[in-house]
Order: sequence, then structure tokens, then C-alpha cells
Amino acid sequence: MESKFGDYLLSVDHISLSFGGVKALKDISFGIREKEVFAIIGPNGAGKTSMLNVINGFYHPQEGEITYKGVHRKQMKSHDAAVHGIARTFQNVALFKGMSTLDNIMTGRIIHMKRNLFWQAIYLGPARKEEMANREYVEDIIDFLEIQAIRRTPVGRLPYGLQKRVELGRALAMEPDLLLLDEPMAGMNIEEKQDMCRFVLDVNDQYGTTIALIEHDMSVVMDISDKVVVLDYGEKLAEGTPDEIRGNQTVIDAYLGVTTAN
Amino acid sequence: MLYREAGQFKTTYIRDQELFPVKQDRWGIFVIIGFSFIIVPLIANDYWLQAILIPFLIYSLSALGLNLLTGYAGQLSLGTGGFMAVGAYACYKLVTVFPETNVIILILISGLFSAGIGLIFGIPSLRIKGFYLAVATLAAQFFFEWLFGRVQWFYNYNNSGAIEVPVRNFFDIAVTGPTATTQARYMVVLCIVTVLALVAVNLVRGRIGRAWMAIRDMDIAAELIGIRPFPTKLIAFAISSYYAGVAGALFVFTYLGSAEVEVFDINMSFEILFMVIIGGLGSISGAFLGAAFIVLIPILITNLPLILGIPINSATVEHFNFMILGALIVLFLIFEPHGLAKIWSIVREKLRAWPFPY
Repeated sequence: MESKFGDYLLSVDHISLSFGGVKALKDISFGIREKEVFAIIGPNGAGKTSMLNVINGFYHPQEGEITYKGVHRKQMKSHDAAVHGIARTFQNVALFKGMSTLDNIMTGRIIHMKRNLFWQAIYLGPARKEEMANREYVEDIIDFLEIQAIRRTPVGRLPYGLQKRVELGRALAMEPDLLLLDEPMAGMNIEEKQDMCRFVLDVNDQYGTTIALIEHDMSVVMDISDKVVVLDYGEKLAEGTPDEIRGNQTVIDAYLGVTTAN
Repeated sequence: MLYREAGQFKTTYIRDQELFPVKQDRWGIFVIIGFSFIIVPLIANDYWLQAILIPFLIYSLSALGLNLLTGYAGQLSLGTGGFMAVGAYACYKLVTVFPETNVIILILISGLFSAGIGLIFGIPSLRIKGFYLAVATLAAQFFFEWLFGRVQWFYNYNNSGAIEVPVRNFFDIAVTGPTATTQARYMVVLCIVTVLALVAVNLVRGRIGRAWMAIRDMDIAAELIGIRPFPTKLIAFAISSYYAGVAGALFVFTYLGSAEVEVFDINMSFEILFMVIIGGLGSISGAFLGAAFIVLIPILITNLPLILGIPINSATVEHFNFMILGALIVLFLIFEPHGLAKIWSIVREKLRAWPFPY
């Protein structure tokens, strides 16, 4: 089992983050191995989303160190994070509402597009060639996520479940090494959840992408993740395999409750 | 029935991402361009060219520039008049300093000056958004009105305080100044507007356009997928101001012939903004539709009583002009906030499905 995973892709050491007097994260450390599906769980306000924001450089922690691909940093910068392969989806779908599905996913390719203003203005030639190469990549993702039919639909018109899928597509278009998913299954019905689980596992499997996800549906978390870390009030309660977490008394008291029936 | 795309299959992505994937659209646009290049100069009289088509095209260009900034990149600006003034005065200085150089090249270069100025006034956009940014860009408007009105160097110490366009030739044909024919001036404007419109279309369908729209729709997500907000916004400001600058230069050189800085006052900025809003934010054709609306409706209202033979004095007509235009703008914003371009796209959808409802 352990052999599936490589070295640590990302590790955070003693991260502390506060907003004024509010301490959002207190001395958090954990590591995510390559090709792992890593889950962050915990009650509301535990600091899960803050943790993702720290990882992709949207928040800058006051203390601690982030090691990503062997490089130590005090903090990530969001552009750096994107260029070096950290992609992200959001808790409240953050798609570009005025654009079509295709354009949204194409926007994810921006860091892979290099042609300058001059060629862009002319369009014919190199810019078009680049556009087509990226279009091909994006079409693969569209096939993969089974959203061919909504290619030209403005995303604002799509139902919620599909919007989440398009957002995943946009993140995949970046060819990430580390994919951060903030509640990918929130507000979905059982079928949509199953689809999403399948996509997450397939991404992990086919593209070899490391995945860190936040999720409240415990059956999902326990089923698909290799490793789980539990946060509560900005502190780390526990870390371990799903089975270890399920049996951990502190976690049961703080979050899971008495029965973990399903 | 004529507007049907059934049977038009795309077998390559290149064909699929063409500007006008529907055959009828493609022919339509060819007809319009062909008509305006060949037929219009032959049949249109001076009144049509001078009073309607030339200002329409120039306003369209300026609205197009503002639409790139406000409609696509989501940065509200009220400095358009100021940027147009920069273009106009830069062009005037260039033409008088380099009398031998081709005036069309100078017009295109003068846009670069206002692009530079636009860059500078775009810097606050890093920190401030929406209405606050609009107020910050107002600074450009007032500053340049003051500068070009007071500093005599800009109008070559003319006693009148106005810039007067000298006669300049383009291959032996006078294209600017008093001796240039309306046809020649129309062709200059038409060529420049066509090329720049094509450039705008290309920009918005590629990487840069998507980056602009991403910043407009969700700036945080845009940042996290690797778009740098600041350069992206600055490019939008620069390109938008370039369009405004060229429009300003054309406005003086091919339309007015001589001008004081007052023509580029705050009303001009508002007028261009109205064109963008009425035409449709985030749409290239919207800029043209909006300009047509604002330029043509007053002319129509002024001439309608004459055509219909209603005896009414011209001052009253002027008042009606303001009232009707104002009412139309309000009605438009109530019934179709997304502008004329949206109306056209709805009509298109209906036509595609006709005779079925959907």
C-alpha cells in the first residue's frame, strides 16, 4: 500500500495564521505525499479553507514554513503556486460567469500560453497554433468529465452540479501536480456525489495528480482518501489513515460523534 | 428560414473557432464591409458622410476601446475624453513637428501616447475597483482638459487656442485639412476602424481576452489560476487608451478639422460610456450598435418633423431630442440591461430555431 506513494510533495511545518486577534491556524504541521488523496476534515470554522488558502498562497501565514517540491518557503505566492502546479476549486463555485464552459476551461490553460500581444492581435499563425494545441488538451478534459454537451453554454446557466464539474475541469486544465478541492461534493445529490468521486479517483489514477480535499461527507472521505487530517478550532487533532481516524477518541468527541454508522 | 446552420459541420478546431462560424454571419459581415468600402463612397453625399458616417465610425472606435476596458476587463473608466484629447494633441504635435511623415502613420502613433498615459492612470486599479476607480480616472479627464487648455506649447502658441489641422497627403490625395474631400476622410476612418476592430476581436477571443474576462468575473479565482491581475489590468488600460487616442486624433483630423480642448470634456466621456452600456458591455458589435444609437437617434429626431412636414420650430425639436433620447436610454436599461448586442443575440437565437419556438 505504502509503495503507491512517493516522497512528500508538500509539507507544512508549524504554520500559524491569525487575522488580528483571531487565530485561524495554530501550529499546524502535516505532509502530503505524491499521488496521495489527502483529506482535511473538521467542523465549521476549524480552519480547513484557511489551510488551503495558505497552501496556494492566498493567505500568508505569520509563522511556519511550507516545503513544496523540495523548496522551502515562508509563504507561497499565488502566481508562483499556479505556475508550479497547484490548482484549486472553491467552496462557493468561483467560475467566470460570463464565459462559456469551453472558455472557462481554456482560461485554466493561460499559464501554458505564451504568445505575446502582437501575435494575439494578428491571431493567424503562432497564436492560432497555440490556441488549437490548447483547445485539444481542453477537449480531452471535456471528454474526461463528460461535459461535451455544455461546451458552448454560458456557465451561469448551468445547474450547480455541472458548475462544480466545470470548475474541476478548469483546475485540471492547469495540469496541476497538486489539486486542492474545497468541498467538491457540497450540495450535491447522491448520484452527483458518486460521479464526482469517480472523477476525483480517476484524476488521481490517470493523471497521477496528488489531491488534497476538504469534505464534510464522512462516507466519501473515508472511502476515497488515503490519509486524513482533522482540524478543530485551528488546531490539529489527529492525522492518519481513515481507519485510524475513525477509531480516534478525540476525533469522535470533537467531530464525528458517537456513531459512524455509514 | 434563411438563417439556419444545420448541415454546417466543423471538422477541425480551426474551423470551429472561426470568427463567424455560421455561414450566414460570415456572408453578412462581408456584405456590410464590402458595402461600406465600395458602395458607400460612391453613393453617399457629403452630408451623410460628414454628419453621420464619419462621427459614427469614430465614436464606435472610442466605444470599442472603452468596451475592452469596461466590458471585458471590468474596469470602469470616466477618462475616455481625456485619453482622446491626448491622442488628438499628440497627433497635432507630431504632424507639425514631422510634416513629411505620412499622416496616417502619425495618427496610429499618437495612440501610443495615450496608451502610455492610460497605463499611468491604470495604476490605481490595482487597489481600487468599480465606482472608486471611475472617480480616479476622472482625474485624467480634468487634468488633460486643464493641461491642453493652459499650456500653449500643445497648440503651438496659436492665438485662437485651437488646434487647426494642416493639409496632409496620402499618396497625393489630401486626407486631412480643409482641402481633403469627405470621401477621402471617410476612407481613412473606415480603414483604421476596420483594422482596429479586427485586432480587438482577435484580442478578446484569445488568451488576453480570457484573462480580462476572468479578472472581471472573479478576480480571486483568476489570480489563483495564474493570471497576474496587475499587468492584465494595465494592458487593458493601455489598449483601451490606444483606441481612445486614435479615435481622438481622427475626431480632430478627419471630422472637426479644428478643435479646442473643450470638445473632449466630461460629456464626451459620458457619451462614450453610454454607448458602451446601451450597445452592450463585453461585446464588440455592441460598441458599433451603441454608437449608432447615440449618433443616429438625435439626427433622426431632428429630421423627422421635416420629412413628415410637421411645422415645428427647431428649438422645440432640440428639446424633444434630449427628452426622447433620455427616455429611450432609460427604457433600454429597464427592458434589456445587457444592451443592443444582447437583443441581437436573442433575435439570432429565435431565427435559428424558427419556425419552432425552441
